[in-house]
Amino acid sequence: MSSDVVVSLQDLHKSFGSNHVLRGIDLEVTRGEVVCIIGPSGSGKSTLLRCVNMLETPSSGTITVLGRELTDIDCDIDEARSKIGMVFQSFNLFPHMTALENVSVSQRKVLKRNAKEAEETSRSLLARVGLQDKENSYPAQLSGGQQQRVAIARALAMNPDVMLFDEATSALDPELVGDVLSVMQALAQEGMTMLVVTHEMGFAKNVADRVVFMDAGVIVERGSPQQVIGAPKEERTQSFLSSVLNH
Amino acid sequence: MALSKRKKAMYMRYAMYVVSIAFLVAVILFIDWERLGNAMFRWNIVKEQFPDILTKAAKNTVVFTILGFAGGLSFGLLFALMRLSSIRAYRWFAATYIEIFRGIPLLVTLLILGFGIPIATGWKWPNPYLQGAIPLSLVASAYMAETIRAGIEAVPKGQMEAARSLGMSYTRAMTTIIIPQALRIIVPPLTNEFVLLIKDTSLISVLGVTAATKDLARFGRDGVNQTANATPLIVAGLVYLAMTLPLTQLVAWMERKTKAMSR
Repeated sequence: MSSDVVVSLQDLHKSFGSNHVLRGIDLEVTRGEVVCIIGPSGSGKSTLLRCVNMLETPSSGTITVLGRELTDIDCDIDEARSKIGMVFQSFNLFPHMTALENVSVSQRKVLKRNAKEAEETSRSLLARVGLQDKENSYPAQLSGGQQQRVAIARALAMNPDVMLFDEATSALDPELVGDVLSVMQALAQEGMTMLVVTHEMGFAKNVADRVVFMDAGVIVERGSPQQVIGAPKEERTQSFLSSVLNH
Repeated sequence: MALSKRKKAMYMRYAMYVVSIAFLVAVILFIDWERLGNAMFRWNIVKEQFPDILTKAAKNTVVFTILGFAGGLSFGLLFALMRLSSIRAYRWFAATYIEIFRGIPLLVTLLILGFGIPIATGWKWPNPYLQGAIPLSLVASAYMAETIRAGIEAVPKGQMEAARSLGMSYTRAMTTIIIPQALRIIVPPLTNEFVLLIKDTSLISVLGVTAATKDLARFGRDGVNQTANATPLIVAGLVYLAMTLPLTQLVAWMERKTKAMSR
């Protein structure tokens, strides 16, 4: 395996009871690559993403991130997760902490940085997502788009090697989606490795290096955005795209 | 029958006021105030209660309450975490404990642990305060465990996921993210628990007391025996109120504040 493979999934299966959600997924993401996962709801794309940092434990198969096999029982999951940034659909900011504290807390508690250093890093991260004037606001005082940008800054605070985005803009009012997408786009341009579950076809088309189309727990089609979104070969991809794009 | 619904409701309201005022006037007129005052509120007896009722009796009540609360909170947190554990044996143990101690009256638990165990084993309680406070805290912990568990479960699941995704261990996520949020939810019910404990300490005196370990209720009862008058009990009741009313008002204030915040 070449050293610039960041995420590697092999024959991944996941069942919730009798519900077989992932049915044999193989996927590799290399350093600096932006991979968008698209597909109808219930296709397993969020479950797939949540497996990458072991929020869901796969039923079988292996997950390797940065050469560490997370599915190995001897693997230190906490340590591995600290290098994998995760951004949730529902933001999941800590409501009892200010924006600055949200971004600082893991630096303090996990990386053991001192308060001053953590605050400086957090300030520059908040500036990077355009929220330098909101450091003392609590999540309840921020709009959805602002909350999601704080959540991105919080994930970046750990200096992750890869960022996972789980429908990061799906819970936002339409006019707030753009701010979050442009932060994500800037990240991509800076060379961040990203695995993005999204319904934003424009983002997938313009930002992704590769697009993966999933349906019913399998990867149906994969390739460049021009191939998968521009000229899909599979019938299921075509019908999904026409229902998403033509209205 | 031309009365509209709203008019009917209006007349009904007037009628209620009239009845209430008539009842109050009747109470004031027909009660023999002098006799009542002689039996239940004699100033000279009221004065006799002080300062011992505060410096000894109320002090003991506070000591029992604080010991019971501290023990109940620590064990309660432990049992709450056990109830939420992924290990089935822990869940089972905590659930059984909670059901047993919530299902038996405090009075019975006090007698079993305070008298029964020493008789059965020959072991003696080393300290009269612990003899009362430990059974009290064991029962309190069962109630508090359920309160704390509900508070922890009220914190959205995404909070734990976000914390773990940042590389925090389960324990770290619990202590920095989940429990601080759960605390805000459970402080009002825990304060109510504290008020209940203040009152429950009145049962401890069934275990027998010395002059030094008398609590408020026992102090009042002994006062009745000495004076052949109910005044000491009334004073004890007022001292209980002086402790509990500020706390219940505090709970009401906290609940108003949380309501305003979540708007």
